[in-house]
Amino acid sequence: MEQPVISLSGASASLGARPVLRGIDLTVRRGEVVALLGANGSGKSTAVRAVVGQVPLTSGELELFGTPRRAFRDWARIGYVPQRTTAASGVPATVREVVSAGRLARTRLGLPRKADREAVRRALELVGMADRAGDSVNALSGGQHQRVLIARALAGEPELLIMDEPMAGVDQASQQVLADTLRQQVAGGTTVLLVLHELGPLEPLIDRAVVLRDGCVVHDGPPPKAVGQHALPGHDHVHPHADTASEPIRTGLLT
Amino acid sequence: MDILGYDFMQRALLAAVLVGITAPAVGIYLVQRRQAIMGDGIGHVALTGVALGFLTGTNPVWTAVLVSALGAVAMELIRWYGKARGDLALAMLFYGGMAGGVLLINLSPNGSNANLTTYLFGSITTVSQGDVQAICLLAAFVMAITLGLRRQLFAVCQDEEFARVTGLPVRVLNLLLAITAAVTVTVAMRVVGLLLVSALMVVPVAAAQQATRGFAMTLAAAIGIGVIVTLSGTVYSFYVDVPPGASIVVLAIAVFGVITALAAPLARRRARRAELLAPREERCTLEVPGSRSPAGATAVSAPSSGSGFGSGSGSGSGPGFGSGDDVEVRPSG
Repeated sequence: MEQPVISLSGASASLGARPVLRGIDLTVRRGEVVALLGANGSGKSTAVRAVVGQVPLTSGELELFGTPRRAFRDWARIGYVPQRTTAASGVPATVREVVSAGRLARTRLGLPRKADREAVRRALELVGMADRAGDSVNALSGGQHQRVLIARALAGEPELLIMDEPMAGVDQASQQVLADTLRQQVAGGTTVLLVLHELGPLEPLIDRAVVLRDGCVVHDGPPPKAVGQHALPGHDHVHPHADTASEPIRTGLLT
Repeated sequence: MDILGYDFMQRALLAAVLVGITAPAVGIYLVQRRQAIMGDGIGHVALTGVALGFLTGTNPVWTAVLVSALGAVAMELIRWYGKARGDLALAMLFYGGMAGGVLLINLSPNGSNANLTTYLFGSITTVSQGDVQAICLLAAFVMAITLGLRRQLFAVCQDEEFARVTGLPVRVLNLLLAITAAVTVTVAMRVVGLLLVSALMVVPVAAAQQATRGFAMTLAAAIGIGVIVTLSGTVYSFYVDVPPGASIVVLAIAVFGVITALAAPLARRRARRAELLAPREERCTLEVPGSRSPAGATAVSAPSSGSGFGSGSGSGSGPGFGSGDDVEVRPSG
């Protein structure tokens, strides 16, 4: 059988003194689209940050493309989309400059060649931001900014995309663009692991959902079905929940 | 131009150009990483290096390079490992550098606080032939790093976590940047002085970014501003006997003010153009039903909160971004 792309077994991690992951298993096979779901504080962001090596594991094993994490050097195979922060950078940067940073996974310390500039241009076109290439990223909306971050990850032409909350704070139009982009990538054979707050417009793409609660996996299988009003098409889930809700709270808005 | 007839002025102007290029070229990365004050800290530490040069009888430029590079590396290590009390450790380094400098200069046989003053505020008349050679060498190193590795340093300073995941040697690049900043401080100390060197790293960048949209443009504009203010400040100091550091920094801040004043209408025009590109309705057209006149003031304060935008929707204010947790989970087999 083929090596899984991501293999996390018995993984524990702490932030400060607080244990955030308490022995989770997570396997992602080639071509799969896996969503990590869970409440705020359930450890889903920490889990993906551990997968990309940014949170050290206190115990457990991590293998990427069949190579133990310590020996893994082939970072160009991974495209990472971190959680978008609203803090503007200190110095302005254009959309093209930010996306080009993603290409450094291939060029490393060398100079960019024609093929690299082509890859950046293609990535910008994929997310529909080619016409904004010369604009400052500070002038973009939240959704456009998220598209730029995804283009940055795609510029390295990765086999595995890892995305942390790609739909957070993204307007409806951009959500659609992102879903289309992702569909194209998946059709091209890209493996995807993404943290989601809710399945939303990505639902049809997702092969498997892994649900975390309090740092443990509580569900690994087909994506959970939305219930009640949450199943209505176009439902925007914007109201706050109680923390440990295993049952969705109904606001009675539409009843 | 009688001013070019003097050897010391030729040396001073050459040093000024090199400082005008290198200080903003390094400073832009520090500003991008929100460490604008780091140059100031290195300047304090370099003072100990200068005094060490007097004490040991070697050229203070070289001892300052050594000591400030050590200090910059120490600051970088504190940034990595020090979490809670990092600011205190930095403060210790700043004050230790200053105090060490004054202590050592007074211990050295032919040194006094007067020697230090020329390093604190800069002095064009005392730039020696040896200084100029050292400054040229060091400036070449700084330019090679800051311009040659600009894509990589940009990525590291813009989003460090992402840069690590691309496989860039982020630690090496960070250390290289710290050492380059230290070298720049010593390049600049003869012209602008250690207390004001940080201003020349930060102010041209701050001025340039008022009017630019991209990083490369900001870098080029900041270097342009840097060269203009160091050259004109040095010339001014020749005619009016003031320390060049002071005139250069005051000029730089004046440039910042002028660009800020000019850029405001420019930004407004840009915003208007962006508005035209993304047409939307002029004003809200929805008639809100029930425009009743309220009996008391409290009745209008809270229109039905049923529309329920989560408090955490922030600037994005997009759908599906409430402050709470939003996942529906039916724990099933």
